[in-house]
Amino acid sequence: MDLLNALVALTNFVLVPGLAYGSQLALGALGVTLIYGILRFSNFAHGDTMAFGAMVTILITWAFQSMGLSAGVLPTALLALPFGILGAIALVLLTDRTVYRFYREQKAKPVIFVMVSLGVMFMMNGIVRFIIGPGDQRFADGERFIIKARTFKQMTGLNEGLAIKTTQGITVITAIIVVAVLFWFLNKTRTGKSMRAYSDNEDLALLSGINPERVVMYTWMIVAALATIAGVLYGLDKSFKPFTYFQLLLPIFASAIVGGLGNPIGAIAGGFIIAFSEVTITYAWKKVLTYSLPDSLAPDGLVQLLSTDYKFAVSFAILIVVLLFKPTGLFKGKAV
Amino acid sequence: MTETMKHTLLFVFVGVMILAEGATDFLFFSGSWNSALVILNMGLISAIMAIGVNIQWGFAGLFNVGIMGFTALGGLAVVLVSTPVIPAAWSSGGVSIVMALVMGALTVVSAVMVTKFLPAGKLRTAVLLAVLIVGFFVYRAIFDPAVGSVEAINPALQGNIGGLGLPVLLAWPAGGLLAAGAAWLIGKTALGLRSDYLAIATLGIAEIIIAVLKNEDWLSRGVKNVVGLPRPMAYEIDLQADPAFIERAAAFGLDGVEASTLYVKIIYALMFTVVLLALLWMAQMALKSPWGRMMRAIRDNETAAEAMGKDVTRRHLQIFVLGSAICGIAGAMMTTLDSQMTPGTYNPLRFTFLIWVMVIVGGSGNNFGAVLGGMLIWFFWIKVEPMGILLMELVTAGMAEGSALKAHLLESASHMRLFTMGLILLLVLRFSPRGLIPEK
Repeated sequence: MDLLNALVALTNFVLVPGLAYGSQLALGALGVTLIYGILRFSNFAHGDTMAFGAMVTILITWAFQSMGLSAGVLPTALLALPFGILGAIALVLLTDRTVYRFYREQKAKPVIFVMVSLGVMFMMNGIVRFIIGPGDQRFADGERFIIKARTFKQMTGLNEGLAIKTTQGITVITAIIVVAVLFWFLNKTRTGKSMRAYSDNEDLALLSGINPERVVMYTWMIVAALATIAGVLYGLDKSFKPFTYFQLLLPIFASAIVGGLGNPIGAIAGGFIIAFSEVTITYAWKKVLTYSLPDSLAPDGLVQLLSTDYKFAVSFAILIVVLLFKPTGLFKGKAV
Repeated sequence: MTETMKHTLLFVFVGVMILAEGATDFLFFSGSWNSALVILNMGLISAIMAIGVNIQWGFAGLFNVGIMGFTALGGLAVVLVSTPVIPAAWSSGGVSIVMALVMGALTVVSAVMVTKFLPAGKLRTAVLLAVLIVGFFVYRAIFDPAVGSVEAINPALQGNIGGLGLPVLLAWPAGGLLAAGAAWLIGKTALGLRSDYLAIATLGIAEIIIAVLKNEDWLSRGVKNVVGLPRPMAYEIDLQADPAFIERAAAFGLDGVEASTLYVKIIYALMFTVVLLALLWMAQMALKSPWGRMMRAIRDNETAAEAMGKDVTRRHLQIFVLGSAICGIAGAMMTTLDSQMTPGTYNPLRFTFLIWVMVIVGGSGNNFGAVLGGMLIWFFWIKVEPMGILLMELVTAGMAEGSALKAHLLESASHMRLFTMGLILLLVLRFSPRGLIPEK
């Protein structure tokens, strides 16, 4: 029995990665949920908006790197992030103007919007692959670790090491800042309040003189910023590959629905629920159990509930359970 | 020009394009009859898939983004039905695998029973959790060793539970049944909620079906692929060894090798045409029947249909299962045509999105439109790449030889498919939402 080592192993393999992944999902789900709240459709192009924003950031990062510009111990990508956000904003405003606005004026059914967003998704995906190619891109630089496993072992004298990557630290801190700013914006500013009013009751908001086109424009801008930040953080933490962003769509939707579509707090909670379920169910618990159980009970196998290939099945299963028992989500979203 | 005239001409156009593919090598045509027949065969299968999607979308307004999954289940059916029986697999672990799966299903069923019959409260949660946890561990305890022993049998060639050794044609309806089962599970949970939820749920189930096919080696060998699936007809090699066949081929002025490859493809084309016509006839009859009118009434105004006493969710479930079954049949036919099962090749662009473009371009709500869209878009899907390369060569002709931009542009030409298909979908949805052959 060695509970301290068990705790460190748990932190190292479950808590820290789960926290970072959860923050990325939460940021992605916030974007989906905002679009749902204001424009009232599930945006299938969200994953590829993330990819596009991340791609612009990567290109600027490379330019900065070749100019010798760097952020010291932090990744250069953080300097390039604002440019990536601008690029993504330009793209989504352009698609809104050329594609979505027509259907808004027609008051088309939500399912038409979903289908159109699928078309937009493929065009964005094509653009990203055309510009940067379908392969893996690494763009993280600066210091790699906040704490290295070996240093931690020397410091504490424990058998188990604890490694925290810089990208994981940055992810969590950025996510906290972004969420704080977003909630301040939604609750305190005039534009934010008009967005919430529009989301709660469209007709009433129109009667009080809120300009719907402005609300929609601000929503897209915020969503583009959220998507780019989420995309860049995910790319820094794992690696950038256009196809993985398409695959992220499922856990992101699951997060948004589990929390309750249209509800920002729900999106954040949903992100962490999905992330921690994925990590705990696909993690091999052998090490932690060996430390925490008496020797006689130590497990022989890996004690892995599902292989990591099925991590999407986990978010899907949670999604199905929520749809069956609580279709409005845990935090009372607006969709039934 | 009457409507019927115009629609007939559209079909004639597709026919001429395929004939031209065989007859001339002008521009992007290849001038090979084999290539023309390959396009025709996949075009027929695509048309069947398009009918399946059209039933769901055109008749009932259901948005299914998981066509790929149902197609892949059809492919799985071919492996499970037609590959030879492997007695060793059954004696070593096959029975236990089936038992484990039954245990898993029983666990789910008893969990559903618990939630249904026990009053809500702490007791129910506790019993439910206990059932699920015990069920899961029992399932894994039976399942894991059985899988290990099955996968150990002759892993270079088999290592899976094998099939039933039945004629491959039986796999086509079996594929439909498998797909229908999966569709029922999904429809049961996601239908009756917002329309978006069906889209998200089908997107998820498709990804998971592919993940299962890739990773469960005991089932269909995973990414090791199953090759050499049985065929419903003679092999080229046997035909070439048959003097009577060579003689008849010579009468047409063809040599044995080319004649045998053409012969096999033509037989396939005939079989697919029979299936397509049968399904088309059924879909047309369904559309004209009171049932079809009810479906369209539900699609156009759910509230009104519900007020008239129609059970909207049940009807939606019914049509969702039917449409997915058709996709499953087409998937089984495709795997038969390829005579191999390769889970790695299923991607959503080719197997979900492309079918959607076919239905939308052809004319949603019209079965003939779906068939036309299937054949036409398939032809262009094959030909967009040579066209894209031609275009890129034209664009880059003025650039310096060996420049990085030129190389990048030429290399990226293949990604233009995604972009073009997205663009076509958006343009048709915006400017001609009724498609080439609109609904009557």
